[in-house]
Amino acid sequence: MIPPEFEYLRPATIPEAVSLLQLHGDDAKILSGGQSLIPMMKLRLARPAWLIDINHIPGLAYIREEGGYLKIGGLTREADVENSELIRAKYPIVHDTALVIADPQVRNLATMGGNLAHGDPANDHGATMLALEAELVATGANGQRTIAVRDFFLSIFTTALEQDEILTEIRIPVPAARSGGTYLKLERKVGDFATAAVAAQVTLDASGACTKAGIGVTNAGPTPIKAGKAEAFLRGKRLDAASVAQAAELAMGESQPSSDLRGPAEYKKGLVKELTKRALTRAAERAGR
Amino acid sequence: MAKTHHIHIRLNGVEKEADVAPRLLLIHFIRDVAGQTGTHLGCDTTSCGACTVLLDGRPIKSCTFFAVQADGREIRTVEGLASDGKLHPIQEGFHQEHGLQCGFCTPGMMLSAVALLEKNPNPTEAEIRWGISGNLCRCTGYQNIVKAVQHAAAKMQKGVSA
Amino acid sequence: MMQTSPEIGGMGHSVKRKEDARFIQGKGTYVDDVHLPGMVYGHVVRSPYGHARLKSINIEAAMKVPGALAVITGADLAAANLAWMPTLFHDKQMVLATGKVLFQAQEVAFAVATEQYAAADMAELVEVEYEELPVLVDPHKALDADAPILREDREEKSNHIFHWEVGDRHETQKAIQGGPVTAKVDAVFQRCHPAPLETCGCVADFNKVTGKLTIWLTSQAPHAHRTLFALVGGIPEQNIRVISPDIGGGFGNKVPIYPGYVCAVVASLTLGRPVKWIESRSENLQSTGFARDYHMTAEIAAERDGTVKALRVKTLADHGAFNAAAQPSKFPAGLFSICTGSYDFPKAFCEVDGVYTNKAPGGIAYRCSFRVTEAAYLIERAMDVLAYELKMDPAALRLKNFIPPDKFPYQCPLGWTYDSGNYPAAMNLALKMAGYDELRKEQAEKRKKGELMGIGISSFTEIVGAGPAHTFDIVGIKMFDSCEIRIHPTGKAIARLGTKSQGQGHETTFPQIIAQELGIPQQDIVLEEGDTDTAPYGLGTYASRSTPVAGGATAMASRKIRDKARKIAAHLLEVSEEDLEWEPGKFFVKGAPSKAKTIQEIAFAAYTNLPAGMEAGLEAVHYYDPPNLTFPFGTYICVVDIDKGTGEVKVRRFIAVDDCGNIINPMIVEGQIHGGLTEGLAIAFMQLIGYDESGNVQGGNFMDYLLPTAVETPNWETGKTCTPSPHHPIGAKGVGESPNVGSPAAFVNAVVDALSHLGVRHIDMPVTSWKVWQILQQHGIA
Ligand SMILES: Cc1cc2nc3c(=O)[nH]c(=O)nc-3n(C[C@H](O)[C@H](O)[C@H](O)COP(=O)(O)OP(=O)(O)OC[C@H]3O[C@@H](n4cnc5c(N)ncnc54)[C@H](O)[C@@H]3O)c2cc1C
Ligand code: FES
Ligand code: FES
Repeated sequence: MIPPEFEYLRPATIPEAVSLLQLHGDDAKILSGGQSLIPMMKLRLARPAWLIDINHIPGLAYIREEGGYLKIGGLTREADVENSELIRAKYPIVHDTALVIADPQVRNLATMGGNLAHGDPANDHGATMLALEAELVATGANGQRTIAVRDFFLSIFTTALEQDEILTEIRIPVPAARSGGTYLKLERKVGDFATAAVAAQVTLDASGACTKAGIGVTNAGPTPIKAGKAEAFLRGKRLDAASVAQAAELAMGESQPSSDLRGPAEYKKGLVKELTKRALTRAAERAGR
Repeated sequence: MAKTHHIHIRLNGVEKEADVAPRLLLIHFIRDVAGQTGTHLGCDTTSCGACTVLLDGRPIKSCTFFAVQADGREIRTVEGLASDGKLHPIQEGFHQEHGLQCGFCTPGMMLSAVALLEKNPNPTEAEIRWGISGNLCRCTGYQNIVKAVQHAAAKMQKGVSA
Repeated sequence: MMQTSPEIGGMGHSVKRKEDARFIQGKGTYVDDVHLPGMVYGHVVRSPYGHARLKSINIEAAMKVPGALAVITGADLAAANLAWMPTLFHDKQMVLATGKVLFQAQEVAFAVATEQYAAADMAELVEVEYEELPVLVDPHKALDADAPILREDREEKSNHIFHWEVGDRHETQKAIQGGPVTAKVDAVFQRCHPAPLETCGCVADFNKVTGKLTIWLTSQAPHAHRTLFALVGGIPEQNIRVISPDIGGGFGNKVPIYPGYVCAVVASLTLGRPVKWIESRSENLQSTGFARDYHMTAEIAAERDGTVKALRVKTLADHGAFNAAAQPSKFPAGLFSICTGSYDFPKAFCEVDGVYTNKAPGGIAYRCSFRVTEAAYLIERAMDVLAYELKMDPAALRLKNFIPPDKFPYQCPLGWTYDSGNYPAAMNLALKMAGYDELRKEQAEKRKKGELMGIGISSFTEIVGAGPAHTFDIVGIKMFDSCEIRIHPTGKAIARLGTKSQGQGHETTFPQIIAQELGIPQQDIVLEEGDTDTAPYGLGTYASRSTPVAGGATAMASRKIRDKARKIAAHLLEVSEEDLEWEPGKFFVKGAPSKAKTIQEIAFAAYTNLPAGMEAGLEAVHYYDPPNLTFPFGTYICVVDIDKGTGEVKVRRFIAVDDCGNIINPMIVEGQIHGGLTEGLAIAFMQLIGYDESGNVQGGNFMDYLLPTAVETPNWETGKTCTPSPHHPIGAKGVGESPNVGSPAAFVNAVVDALSHLGVRHIDMPVTSWKVWQILQQHGIA
């Protein structure tokens, strides 16, 4: 209920923040939306000695298309993602995802950068970013580097970010014509983490065959899971009931959920299959099958 | 002991200043430092929304936000809903439609509803239910809360057109 | 019942609530809002283990926290003979652990500091050494020879708490063996928690100078709690004042006395300062009064035409580490023996055994009149199983077996006398509202297409308003309730009751009863409850007893006032009492209605112009002892659709027809029904306090103890019939709990109904998506 003591620092620039991270090392944590970190501190499961509040660094919250990418600033709030007309119209899969994260109050604070940087396999954006083959921009002492999202999630609560790096931008390639995607999540109630969820993004050619498929799975393993075999299987195929069912079977095989209060592993595997089927079907519809 | 920070928060239109420990949660600032106890605490996992306040107009859960983070910002709580001795339409709506029983969830619920109506003056029932989905009520079953929000929406629109 | 004018606002008017004004403006005063000068804060240290020997407690590090004042341990309490306290049911409970701990989250020490944050820091630094012991979680293993004996303090070296039975064992057995048709269901009513949005807490303020102890307490029964503090703590009762201020929901959670309260009182007595203790949500769910945890079997014997012959019920009750059930002292299983429900069973037998396990204590009446919810759920499930057995429509089976309206008052085979009822009327209205026949047709068509839709019915009977003092008491205190009314010279009034509203709107409804009886406009009447220094003694608000019992007291006190008013009116009008006639608000002379005195004029005269020899003033107190309980009833119909791919159940519609006799305030009754149905929904689909094999509590916070939001909650369709209670002064029966009692079976019956063609007969609650999915898998459907 009551978090342990810590010192609070409020850098005004990214270099200042990075140098504070370097100075305090593992005892420091970045505070962005705080909607994962503060609950953990209140339960005394996290006890950083230093909190580095990046909310006052200007220029970290934005949504814009630029250079073939949709660029989302690391500090962009989920509510702004949810309410962005650009995202709703052109990246419905991202809109779908933001909409089912937590609840309205949490979305007003929670950031997209924090959601990914937290490295929680139950968080929703990971799967969607995997389906979209996003790139993540990390800014540290040596400037910026870009990490492909498939290389980002290492294990539970561990990402490819260095201790002194800030996730400053998410880059989503602008989808080709005839692309579509969706995010389907099964939760026990609004505000719950996913029992299982599936992100699917497909691109079709003129004949209706799938030139590209991205499939990500939430809360079915130590990290968000990229269903690579299912993706590969779909390439070049028409998204009919048979191919979709087969891909769903493959995605299920790639998931590694464990049993918990949300249900036995076997159920979650079944959900991955079912949601993959539904998500691919919906994605194909949106792509204009 | 951690270094304290001198903060300024505009709480319901009034400037409040205090030296606070970094770990002081906003809800405790509002309740214990500022002495405004209309904002309630109902859980320890950021789940119930009883603590909802408006931060620069947006609803947030004040149990999961440090007071230092609110430095220089504007907070609105249930105590700031009525103005010039006149109830806010949402308050009227809750009273007229029996949208409350024990009243514990009510302040947070009304603030979520106010934010919803500011964004979407004429919400559908589904939008209302979605808009208050971060607020738990254990007493009412929500049906009359939905009616209360509709009541307020109608009243606010009349206010606009008049 | 005569309808009063809207100005008077007596019974039957949807008067808007008076209490709203403060709540909508953030000006309620809940316990956590109480702030006293010099107040300090307590924080409970809890056991991480389900069963362990307590080796040592080291408070050194904790006492170094700036602001630390004290750490109280079980040993400290033992020295003052306070380490144990009586529970509400023939048992005792540790306040702070001595010797060993018996459930996870059990209270082990109490840290006190000048600041809330410091107290939390201290609690983390109290070092406790434990030696783990084998844990007993499964109640079915509690009586095994190799089960660890949990309660070393008891003489009986057994985990068995009680055996209780009622009815005719032999005759029932014979009937069941004789069939010709039998139906059986094993059903667990899972452990759940009322989880009012406000947790429990108190501010204890002992004034060393005056010797007075004031306790602001989240209490549904402030008077009983004062007496218990006096008996246990040895403080003279006149020196204890319990104030139950605004309560943020109770639902039975705030009936018992919890260790945290006692610790705060001890700390205040020791330190001479006000001590505040407010539990967190996790503490609330993990340590305070749970409900249900009944493991039940029901068997019904019936004729081939569906006529029921006998009911046999056998139940194992898991009470956790201490039997802290909050229920009348002569009823170890509460009113569970109402399990024959709405049906005319010639024979019945019911037995219950209670056992200890390594779980939190409780067994409280969660929005329920003492185990009625378990009983209603069981019989309504069993009737459906019988319907499938007979291949009979569940509505038709119920209609066939209802206690006929002309059989009331009805003597049931397990000993209760039902006051009144018209079950077919409620059922028929519900069927009509639902469009039942159409729904069945739709279901048949859907089935052909392979779609899953279910219709669930529950026709429950409740038993509320405990109760007649000859049978009902809690720790010896008879279960009457009280009302005191004073009419001021200007005709306005104040009423005080022994009950305590937790959201039910007493400040509005009780004045309506007085308005009905005396014709004083309800807005001219102030109602106060919850302060033991001012309110008359009463047993409090739970088990739907406020309206039946305190409502009776209010009507009777009003009538005492009316009797005196008649005398004064006769004096003022210079006629004899017999010449006067009453209509709400005035006495007038028979045949000469213009010769009248209003109640306000009479009130003024009571202080200014009395008949010779009459005592001044116009006030009355009444302690109402109901002659019987009341038996509200209703029929609920639930329609669900099931997603075959995911096992998700969607409640499409829910029709609720309630009959709670005469209604005081229809708006408030409807609100109570909405709320109760929503809790029923939560119980049926979401709520579970579980334990893993090591005794770790699961579902101990709001991330996993799931309460529905507005999105999961459907729109409730309500209807009513009215069968007044013949023995109640205002014909009312009490309603706050019916929807929670009656609805779980309707939800579960609907889901089972959707799957019944597969041979599914029962699914234990909470009915989660994964359970449904597994069933579908087994039948090759998902
Ligand atoms: C009740 C509730 C329900 C929730 N339900 C969901 C849900 O359904 N789905 C879901 O996806 N999430 C859910 N969340 C989590 C929520 O989305 C979090 O906000 C999110 O996971 C973290 O974002 P944040 O900005 O709040 O990060 P913070 O809590 O501030 O930080 C989280 C972690 O990431 C680090 N970090 C933050 N930002 C950066 C950055 N830019 N660069 C490097 N490191 C950084 C922090 O140091 C910290 O370790 C829920 C949260 C709550 C309270
Ligand atoms: S107190 Fe429950 S969400 Fe803040
Ligand atoms: S009115 Fe009691 S919790 Fe909503």
